[in-house]
Amino acid sequence: MRKPVSLAVTGIVSLGALSLAACGSSSPSSSGSPQAGTPITIGVSVSLTGDFSGDGKALVQGYDLWAQDENAKGGLLGHHVTMKYVDDASSTTQVVTNYQNLITQDKVALVFGPFSSLLTIPASTVTDRFGYAFPEPAGGGPSVFNRGIHSLFFVQPAPVEDNLVSFTQWVLSLPAAQRPATAAYSTEDDPFTQPQVDKARALLEAGGVRTVSYKVYPAETTDFTPLAQQVISANADVVILGTQEPDAVAFIKAFQQQHYNPKALVETAGPDQGSDFATKVGTANTEGVMVPAGWWSSAKTPFNATFVSEFIAKYGGTPGDIPSDAPEAYSVGEVVDQAAQKAHSIANSALIAALHSGTFQTVQGPMAFDSLGRPNGASFLVQWQNGLTVPVYPPSAAVAQPEYPKPAFSG
Amino acid sequence: MTLILEAVVFGILTGGVYALMASGLTLIFGVMRIINVGHGALVILGAYLSFALLRSANIDPFVSLVITMPAMFLIGVVLQVIFIRPLKDDREALSVLVTYAIALGIEGLLGYLFTNNFVQLNAWYETASFAVFGFHIAYVYLFGFGLCLAVLGAIFVLLYRTTFGSAVRATMLNRTAAQLVGVNVDRVSAIAFGIGVSTAAAGGVIFGMTNAFNPGSHYDLISRLLTIIVLGGLGSLRGAVIAAVAMLIIEDVTAVVISPVWASFAFFLLLVIVLVVRPQGLYGIRVRERI
Repeated sequence: MRKPVSLAVTGIVSLGALSLAACGSSSPSSSGSPQAGTPITIGVSVSLTGDFSGDGKALVQGYDLWAQDENAKGGLLGHHVTMKYVDDASSTTQVVTNYQNLITQDKVALVFGPFSSLLTIPASTVTDRFGYAFPEPAGGGPSVFNRGIHSLFFVQPAPVEDNLVSFTQWVLSLPAAQRPATAAYSTEDDPFTQPQVDKARALLEAGGVRTVSYKVYPAETTDFTPLAQQVISANADVVILGTQEPDAVAFIKAFQQQHYNPKALVETAGPDQGSDFATKVGTANTEGVMVPAGWWSSAKTPFNATFVSEFIAKYGGTPGDIPSDAPEAYSVGEVVDQAAQKAHSIANSALIAALHSGTFQTVQGPMAFDSLGRPNGASFLVQWQNGLTVPVYPPSAAVAQPEYPKPAFSG
Repeated sequence: MTLILEAVVFGILTGGVYALMASGLTLIFGVMRIINVGHGALVILGAYLSFALLRSANIDPFVSLVITMPAMFLIGVVLQVIFIRPLKDDREALSVLVTYAIALGIEGLLGYLFTNNFVQLNAWYETASFAVFGFHIAYVYLFGFGLCLAVLGAIFVLLYRTTFGSAVRATMLNRTAAQLVGVNVDRVSAIAFGIGVSTAAAGGVIFGMTNAFNPGSHYDLISRLLTIIVLGGLGSLRGAVIAAVAMLIIEDVTAVVISPVWASFAFFLLLVIVLVVRPQGLYGIRVRERI
């Protein structure tokens, strides 16, 4: 007869424990604004290890520099800012755990985004569920925006799939006698790279540039020799590669080995990593390589010159050493600051509403967001010339003429 | 046709590098019956040691092997004595956990010392190439293949032409029986582990010259190396060499003829077929355990 009693006691105790646990983990405040003048913590999941670790560290640099500047001028609407970073190891499952913990355990006031579309997609599902605004610097693939989330804001000038639009416009603007007739494409199957390449291919084909090779390869590929062989054997006038930095470097080295020199070469990422890229391929071999960019160190955008000098003072190096991730992260802080001033609040609901209206000034230039957080601007075409990246298209932003055809690799 | 020929040639050359890396792994399994899942991390450690010598003293990556291979041998012996030798019961299962912990430790240490940014070993022969059959082969692949032949040849001579090699092969065949006839199994195991780890240094140099790498690169690498030694037959050096070359040729040819997306699948298809026909792999020895 004791068994039912003990079961009942166990049940009551369990229910009591659950109730206590529920009371203990009060839901975080996403709509309320912290008391004026109180310090706040902003939580970020960053990739300090794994595939995106290089980019993750650059994001931290950008975020830290913004927090330093923000606190120097009195804080975010009077709130002293502390950044809290947790490593997601470039993992799509860890990034979800991290944002859940930041919001429910650490009760951070705000959250900023991680690196890559791959991590932003699962992360934004969590932050949206808790009603947090999710300004993010690096998740701009189409799959980020097609889920109907209104709390996410991609803080770059253009959606990722439009990154190569400037390149295609430049190609199609060339006089008929110079215009390339054929193009070869090879891209990682990544939500950052493939949409860019696919859109460029559609635009160039519509403009009369024939596709002679198109290959998609798994992101975990380590041997790029056969991929480069296919591009080389197609012998196209222009080569368009959907790369991150390691494969961007590997392709260029394979082209050098095979003495292959296309008239134009554009890569979605890699050449935007400044001197790090130049060191890996050799500065002489960077000449003429193109990459889409929303930012470059000499851009005449608001506060950019100060950002560059502060970055060098804090982290060392030269303007060419600044990875594009850092100004992108810095811009996240800038748009949040302006939205907070506009809303007179740092409550997440107020920030979401404010970010959906008006234009925000950043080191990457002005930007505004549609109802799904897509930026409405355009990215630029940047080319390596004499050891530096310079904007070459569109003409309104260009400081140099595009080098075409591209000089041969030094071998 | 040139494209397929080129894929086959590069498959053989790159396969040699993987054979070199896998040879250490299969040797360690053969002698100690442990699965060293930290072998990929040791390859990356070898690449970083050469990277450090290149950056600090401008020592050519191939020349650096004169320093890194003995150093890695000593590291291997120390790891075996401290972490592997104490495992007496259920060695195969426990060794996976212990060597995984070693891999994580190496990854953490390398991340602390070198950051997690991708790096690559550079030398003039990395991009310099010569023409053959209508395409170009970079000297690094040729030198790398030569190094593979030299190291693998040395291991074969050691195993089949020396007294120590006889002791190693006796241990590989039957650990207990080897002990009974007077082989110092602990000593043989430590030296074999050291040799396996020093081959990782040689493999790491070529891997580091043909791939960008960071401390986390060992995860992809170990999965490929384990696949190679399973296909070749656990403990078989000859099997590891043939499986590595087969793997790279199949992947490279599939990538150029069909699609890079199907490259790994094509190899795994072969792996499954072989294991259905020969569960012990190409050159593995079928062991009947007493119940």
